[in-house]
Order: sequence, then C-alpha cells, then structure tokens
Amino acid sequence: MHMSTQTLVSTRDVAVALGGRPVLRGIDLDVHAGEVVAVLGANGSGKSTLVRTLLGLVPTVRGEVRLFDTPLDRFRSWERIGFVPQRANATSGVPATVGEVVAAGRLSRRTPFVPMRRRDKDAVAAAVEAVGLAGRLGDGVSTLSGGQQQRVLIARALAGEPDLLVLDEPTAGVDVESQEAFAAALGTLVDRGATIVLVAHELGPLAGLVGRAVVMRDGRLVYDGPPLAAFTEADHVHHHDHNHPASPVRTGDHVPSVAAPLDPPAREAR
Amino acid sequence: MSIFLYDFVIRALLGAVFTGLAAPAVGTYLVQRRLALMGDGIGHIAVTGVALGLLTGTAPLLTAVIVSVAGAVALEVIRGRTSTSGDVALALLFYGGIAGGVMLTGLAGEGANVLQRYLFGSITSISAGEVWLTLALAAVVLFVAVGLSPQLFGVAQDEEFAQVSGLDARVYNLLVAVMAAVTVTVAMRTVGLLLVSALMVIPVATAQQVTRGFRTTLFAAMAIGTFASLAGVLVSAFVEVAPGATIVLIALAGFVAAYPVGLLLRRRRRARMPFLEMADGLDGVVPVHGHTAVPEDHEHQHGPACGHAAVEHGDHVDYVHDGHRHAVHGGHYDEH
Repeated sequence: MHMSTQTLVSTRDVAVALGGRPVLRGIDLDVHAGEVVAVLGANGSGKSTLVRTLLGLVPTVRGEVRLFDTPLDRFRSWERIGFVPQRANATSGVPATVGEVVAAGRLSRRTPFVPMRRRDKDAVAAAVEAVGLAGRLGDGVSTLSGGQQQRVLIARALAGEPDLLVLDEPTAGVDVESQEAFAAALGTLVDRGATIVLVAHELGPLAGLVGRAVVMRDGRLVYDGPPLAAFTEADHVHHHDHNHPASPVRTGDHVPSVAAPLDPPAREAR
Repeated sequence: MSIFLYDFVIRALLGAVFTGLAAPAVGTYLVQRRLALMGDGIGHIAVTGVALGLLTGTAPLLTAVIVSVAGAVALEVIRGRTSTSGDVALALLFYGGIAGGVMLTGLAGEGANVLQRYLFGSITSISAGEVWLTLALAAVVLFVAVGLSPQLFGVAQDEEFAQVSGLDARVYNLLVAVMAAVTVTVAMRTVGLLLVSALMVIPVATAQQVTRGFRTTLFAAMAIGTFASLAGVLVSAFVEVAPGATIVLIALAGFVAAYPVGLLLRRRRRARMPFLEMADGLDGVVPVHGHTAVPEDHEHQHGPACGHAAVEHGDHVDYVHDGHRHAVHGGHYDEH
C-alpha cells in the first residue's frame, strides 16, 4: 500500500538516560519499509534499550523518535506495530490459554466492550498456525515448553497484522524445533514484504533473512551496514557466555559499563 | 423457610450475591498481577473511612468508599512512581489504615463493638438504602470487570505489550485499583473489611486448580464466590456468628476440596508433555549420543495398552517406566 521508500522508524540524535546515567547517545537510525534489521551487541551495550526507546517504552532525554513519519508522542496507529518483548515465558498469576494470550495481539484493533469479531478470530488462528502451534489454541500456556511459549508471544505480535515487527531477543534460550518454526514464520513475513527490527545476540539461523545489521557498543551505534560474516559467529561480537565473569579490561578513566534496564542493577561507582 | 420472611435476611442475601460475584471478578486481575494481598491493604484503609463516617455522623459506607478509593490510588502511585516495592507500600497502608480507624473510632466515642460490624460483617444491621447503594456499586464493578476483560487481561498479563498496543497501562492499573476499593466497601457489610480479601482471592485460587484459561477462571471464580457468600450468609442467619467467618470458611473448604484434583490434573499434564530435542550449543564438541540399546528384557511389548506413559518425542513415542525412556528401534528398545 505504501511506497517502499517510506521511513517507518527514524531517530535523530537520540539520547536515553536511566537513573541519570546516559545509556544511549547520538543515535541516528532510519528503518525503511521492507528492511530486515538486526540490532547486535554485547550484554549491556544498549541494544534492548534502543528498541524499547523506538516503541516509547523508555523516555528520551534528547533527540527525536518518529514512527511512520509521526513524532512518537503523537503516534496513535499502534495496530501497525507488533512487539515481542524479551521474556522467558508467557505465564502470569492466573492460567491462560494459547488462544487468549494470542488474542491480546488484537487489542490494538479492538473497541472496548465490543466482543471479538470474525476477523479477529481468523487473525488469531492464522497467527497461531504461522508459528506451528495450530491445534493448541485451547491449551494452557503454562503446559508449553519455554520455546513454545516464546512462539506464542511471536504469534501474539503477528495476530495484530502489523506493518512493523519489533522483536527483542526472540530466540534466546529456545529449543531447536521452536527456532526452526520461528525462522520459518519470519521468512514468510519477509517474503510478504514485512519490515522487521530484531535484537539478537547472534544471528544464527536468521542470518539468511537479515539484510542489515546495526551494532551497538557502550550505548552508541558503531556499525550500520550489511551483516558481516563475523556476526554469524557469535564470539566476534560478544562473549557467548551470558554470565561471563570477566568484563572487558578497561584502560583509562572510564565510568563502569552501563547496564540495560532488564539487567540486575550495577553497583554504583564510588 | 420462615427466615426468608425477615427483610434483613433478604437484604443480606442480595448483598451476598453481588459481593460474591464482584469480589472474585476483581480478585482475578489482582491475582494475575500477583497482588493478591492488595484487597487486604484496601480493607485496612477502609477502616479509617468507616471511622471517619462514625466521627462526622455521615454514612460510613460513603466515607469508606471515598477513603479506600483514595488509598487504592495512592497505593498504585507509590508502586508505580517510586522505588518502594509493592509489599512495603502495602504494609504502610495496612498499618496506617488500622491505626487511623481505631483512633478515629475512639475520638467518635464509639466502642470496638460498632467497628466490629464493619470488620467482620453483620447481616442484621444492613439498611435498605445501604443495600441499594451496594447493589449499584457492585453492578458497575461487574460491568467493567467483565466488559473490559480483554483489555484488563492484556495489561495484567504483559504491561509493555499492552502499552505498545496503544493501551494506557497506568489507566487500566488505576481502574483495577479503584474497582478493588469499591468492591471492598461493597463487601464490608457481608464479609467484613478484614476478610473481604479472602473472597477476592480464595475463589480464584480454587477455580485455577481445574481451569486452563483466563475466562473460565474468571467465571468459575465468580460462581464459587457467589455460592460461598450465599451459603455463608444463610448459615449465619441460623447461627449467631459474623457472616464473614462462615463465608471465608466455606470458600476455604472449597479450595481444600479442589486442591487434590488440581494436583492430579497438573501431574497428569506434566507426565504427557512431549520431550524436546534440545540444542545445547555444543554440537561438534560433544558427540550426540545416538544409539543406546536397552540391555534388559521386557516382559511385554510397549504399546497403547501397556499402561506405561507414552510421551511424544520428535517423530516417535517414548515409553516411560522405572526412570527410563524407552523407544522402539527395530527389534529392541533404545534409551532416549
């Protein structure tokens, strides 16, 4: 419908501070319709904060974020965006079925107090099928494996039929079958011309889909271009072990490395 | 059946039905957000509201609604805006509410026996006006809790996703807090302020022993809550005890009965969960152990009728017995 040159995401000189500490700075990023962009970087480099900033989940301290050519604070077309948060599971304090969790993906298109329409139900069924969980609509989410739960969250984002899909580490800690189902679902979307921004630790099975890589280091964008072969090999970008005890040796007078908001709080300097 | 001739019994039963429906409906969202004790915190604040009514000579129901809504909003703000954790914020309100209530009741020159009617419920002292206000408030709560259930479910389940869906999570969280406050005051005369939280939480805990989905949990909890509060009020119409105690004990008995059933269901579901092919990231480092034939003899052929748990594993079935996972391979079994 829209021209392929449309800019879906645009940031200019964006800076983000958490608790007074700048964790992102000088971020200039444009994502155009049809692009598949991977945001790479080590733990604490700010890649997760970056995508959360694009979605308005983290406030900026300077610069401007625009979604679909609209400043973020005036943006209302949330049905055009699908979001898969960084999360190990899809459960909460009360049981929920796969269908109910995925149906939450339609909320951006529904009117309060109005029941689901035929169209909503079809979209939910299609999304569940796309991630290979057809027939599990009535199953409790808590009875699924971690990888299957991650697929439920991806189906929830797909159910909204978004133009832009934002995924925060969708394949972290996911079993083989789920990774393959996920890569297949993403491949179908890419073929249809969807725009995707995904945060990843390593590209792995997604390497073939990604057309552009953005590398974050210490809160700044240090690389923006075609994915290099090195990115598929995780160790060139970061340490594979998430709990690696030895942090990179710092020379000179540096503040301690900043942490992403979901990381445990770092000890204060001094 | 002569007890139904008394107006106060009919009033109490009406109050019980609406309380039994509304309290678990709101409670479901509190439990979902892991704030099961929020109703209790609000109940304590409402004590101050009741006492304020006694002191100023206004209807305690009215002052209780106002004070507990204000308290619930304060609780939400403390939780959301500051680094105070949810349980500490609750504790502050718990003790402030009770202390304020006792203090104001004392100043009003009333004794503990007056306060007790509100703390544990009292079916004989409900006036007609109070019943109508109770019903109206409960009806509004029910309408919102059921009508907005997709939105409230979405926000309670994943706040950030809801935010990116264009829902204002803060507004919905406040809405739940206000509904909880209204429900607490609605339930004040039936269950009492100190026990109302039980009627919000126990039916939900009971329902989710056997349910798989959110909507079924919501409606089952409402049914259980209605039954417990109706039965409790009836019992206390015969026996000289505060209705709050009988309602909560009946609800608890329901939970005790449902728990073993839930345990059994969960165990059966877990036993049938498929085994997954795991990627350990060590491919090429540690060889995949493919073929481990089972040395022992089997007295029977594993099959649908052999009684051993058959669990899906990739493209075949593993039979589970005595700590083994046996899969058919040619003429023998492999350990998987």
